[in-house]
Amino acid sequence: MRFEYYSSLSLVLSVVVYALAMFAHAAEWAAARRDTSLETEPERQLVGARAGGSGRPSPGSTPAPAAGESPEGSGAVRQRVEQFGRVGVALTLVGFLLSVVGVVCRGLAAGRAPWGNMFEFTTSAMVFIVAAYLLMVWKANLRWLGLPLTLLAAVGNGLAVTVFYVAVAPLVPALHSVWFLIHIVAAAVAGAAFNVGGLMSVLYLLRKRAEDRGQVRGYLAWLPTARRIDLLTYRFHAFAFPLWTFTVAAGAVWAEYAWGRYWGWDPKETWALVTWVIYACYLHARSTAGWRGSKAAVVAIIGLASFWFNFVGINLLVSGLHSYAGV
Amino acid sequence: MTQTPTRDAGLDSPEPSPGPVRDDLPQLGLRGGLRFLWAQLSSMRTALVLLFALALAAIPGSLVPQRKISPVRVSDFIAAHPTLGPIYDKIGMFHVYTSPWFSAIYLLLFVSLIGCIIPRVGVYARAVRARPPRTPRHLSRLPAYASAEVGTADPDALLARAAGLLRARRYRVRVEGTSVAAERGYLREAGNLVFHISLIFVLLGAGIGALWGFRGTSVVIVGQGFSNNLTQYDDFAAGAEFTDSGLQPFSVTVRDFQVKFETGPVQRGAARLFRADVTVTDRPGATPRDVALEVNKPLKINGTTVHLIGHGYAPVVTVKDAQGDIAFSGPVVFLPQDGNFTSAGVIKAPDARPDRLAFEGIFLPTAVQTGTAAPSSAFPDALNPTLLLTAWSGPPKVETGAPENVYSLNTAGLTQLKTSAGAPFRIALQPGATVDLPDGQGSIQMSGVTRWVKLQVGDAPGIPISLGAIGFAVFGLCLSLFIRPRRVWIRVLPAEGGHSLVEVGGLDRADARGGLTEDVAELAAELSGTAGTEQEDPR
Repeated sequence: MRFEYYSSLSLVLSVVVYALAMFAHAAEWAAARRDTSLETEPERQLVGARAGGSGRPSPGSTPAPAAGESPEGSGAVRQRVEQFGRVGVALTLVGFLLSVVGVVCRGLAAGRAPWGNMFEFTTSAMVFIVAAYLLMVWKANLRWLGLPLTLLAAVGNGLAVTVFYVAVAPLVPALHSVWFLIHIVAAAVAGAAFNVGGLMSVLYLLRKRAEDRGQVRGYLAWLPTARRIDLLTYRFHAFAFPLWTFTVAAGAVWAEYAWGRYWGWDPKETWALVTWVIYACYLHARSTAGWRGSKAAVVAIIGLASFWFNFVGINLLVSGLHSYAGV
Repeated sequence: MTQTPTRDAGLDSPEPSPGPVRDDLPQLGLRGGLRFLWAQLSSMRTALVLLFALALAAIPGSLVPQRKISPVRVSDFIAAHPTLGPIYDKIGMFHVYTSPWFSAIYLLLFVSLIGCIIPRVGVYARAVRARPPRTPRHLSRLPAYASAEVGTADPDALLARAAGLLRARRYRVRVEGTSVAAERGYLREAGNLVFHISLIFVLLGAGIGALWGFRGTSVVIVGQGFSNNLTQYDDFAAGAEFTDSGLQPFSVTVRDFQVKFETGPVQRGAARLFRADVTVTDRPGATPRDVALEVNKPLKINGTTVHLIGHGYAPVVTVKDAQGDIAFSGPVVFLPQDGNFTSAGVIKAPDARPDRLAFEGIFLPTAVQTGTAAPSSAFPDALNPTLLLTAWSGPPKVETGAPENVYSLNTAGLTQLKTSAGAPFRIALQPGATVDLPDGQGSIQMSGVTRWVKLQVGDAPGIPISLGAIGFAVFGLCLSLFIRPRRVWIRVLPAEGGHSLVEVGGLDRADARGGLTEDVAELAAELSGTAGTEQEDPR
């Protein structure tokens, strides 16, 4: 009872803190709008990014100040952007710790791994998503993804504590299996990478459009080059796709144990396959002439939509063997 | 990296390559036409379209009820949509995954896959034996380039040193003239091929299971047994190549079945435990063994699996006829209709005389008084078991041997028993209670309730193939996504003053990798650094 209380408390707090982080990142974007410098040399940036290897070089070095601009004004703007960005990341870290506490307490309250229903899976998956993001902020300066990511985290945990919430309860016998750990963790980690990759694809489309028009300004100038975003996006998907393949296969093995058939076209299974096929399309599209770039990014976003529909839509709208949302 | 004339760059090659050659379009003969079709079918673009089509085609099956999964919902759907239903039926919307159009898509996809794989295997076999490509003339035009001046005039030593450095980095190295050519990451394409070939084996395993496998279910009342032959199955489906001599001659006796439901405030009524204690005799004459059969722990008997996939109630009743003789006695299977196990069933006493008797009704494990509403169960466990029946009687039927559904009552030739007021005679029984039928037609007694379990017995012989193939697929996928093929060339040129100029150029064959520039710069630095120590060597 006590653990359950602390779990809910931490998770609700995490929603608030994620929302604050989102506001900080929104302020970061807004402050960057004041940065009137227009990025005129995408080529130079490209080389810089390649030489840097990882993420955006130190934020002070870019964007290139346009000729004739007072360096002081640009410097002040940059400092403000930087400050808001740091506040956003710090708040995200706090929200992350809160949601970890929430998920761990939930597990302690239930006396089992905390991903037995939709509420628990959502909160656990958000932990993985934000962990992946924070890791990449640390390793590859992924802070530019802050706004969409904190939005996702706030909405995800927010929906979890309001709409999906169910009280602690033991599992139905079908879930009493070691595959409960393997299948669901793999799904959550792959899902985290798909989500981060999908958000990046959205930013890729924005940045690419601006680059194609030759008008990279405002916050978009603070993003890495489209090529660099595309590369990072691909890496997230390249990590997630084998894991998702494994998730589907592990699900099939579990289904053979629990239900006596490894594949039965249950709606959840069908959509897992649909998601898999769409991401396979993404990987193929990325290496097919005429499909690279924006089209591939759109495919990745469709893949993410399919992932979400499989999670939310199938759980709530369609009845099937995977219907244990408990909502 | 390999390229084939039929499919442009693989999963990973960054450079575009020409698609199918279209110059010869005007003079296409039959062979040319076929070749053109083949080239089209095995092109990457076609594969992409087919993949999309597969994803799209799979969707309706998850939204429209499927006959194989829930036949009742299909008939409900057709009843609810009198115009749409038959159209859906005709285009196979109720069996999407076995429909011609769905099959066509995945078969075409696999043909396209094979058409892509076969030439690529050949190309790869040659590439894997080939030496790294010759050093290009202008290394500085490569995506990554670095140069360093080295204070030694011994180009051979430098080249040897460069080759050593590259070998240590697991490059395949070719030293030729004044330069070293090196390549690594050959396993990427191997992984790519393994993945795609594995997919074919996954399908093959599924196909073998569908042809040689079987699956059937049998309802077994606790205390009774099941022996594995066709007559004991309630429903049975097998592949075209299956013969019933393939059924293992085992038998299973269900000694006990334990089930627990949530009684707490959260998820009240949710299942918490299913456990059947069974005795298995592997073959006639073998020593019986006791096993616990649970949901995630199927039985494996000589390759055949036995799953526990359902359960329900069987009220134990005794029917006496008008002469006072026992016409029927024993448990009767009632089929659950909802989550609280409101169950429907039929009790038949064809041997009752002078008239045969039959009863139709519902069993409620936890009956609650709900006013005028239709009676239903409030909890899945047997807390207040109640049997509600109406009774029928009629002249004995001629034995024809025709099979009869034990779960439904054909009322032809029967008349419903009525009260003196003319209303249908209703029977409500609880364990231990007996009700006499009107007009001295006999009596029915409910002595208790037992449970039944639904066993699914099956064999899918392709599973090990599919499972192994999936393992290979994931492994191949990892190779093809994480191995980054790279080419590096190092050239040593004489420079002024007895010095040498070391040029390093690099090219990534997959665009997922960063760090090419750093690696090239590091190689250049290391070569000049090594030379630097030699420079200090007093000579």
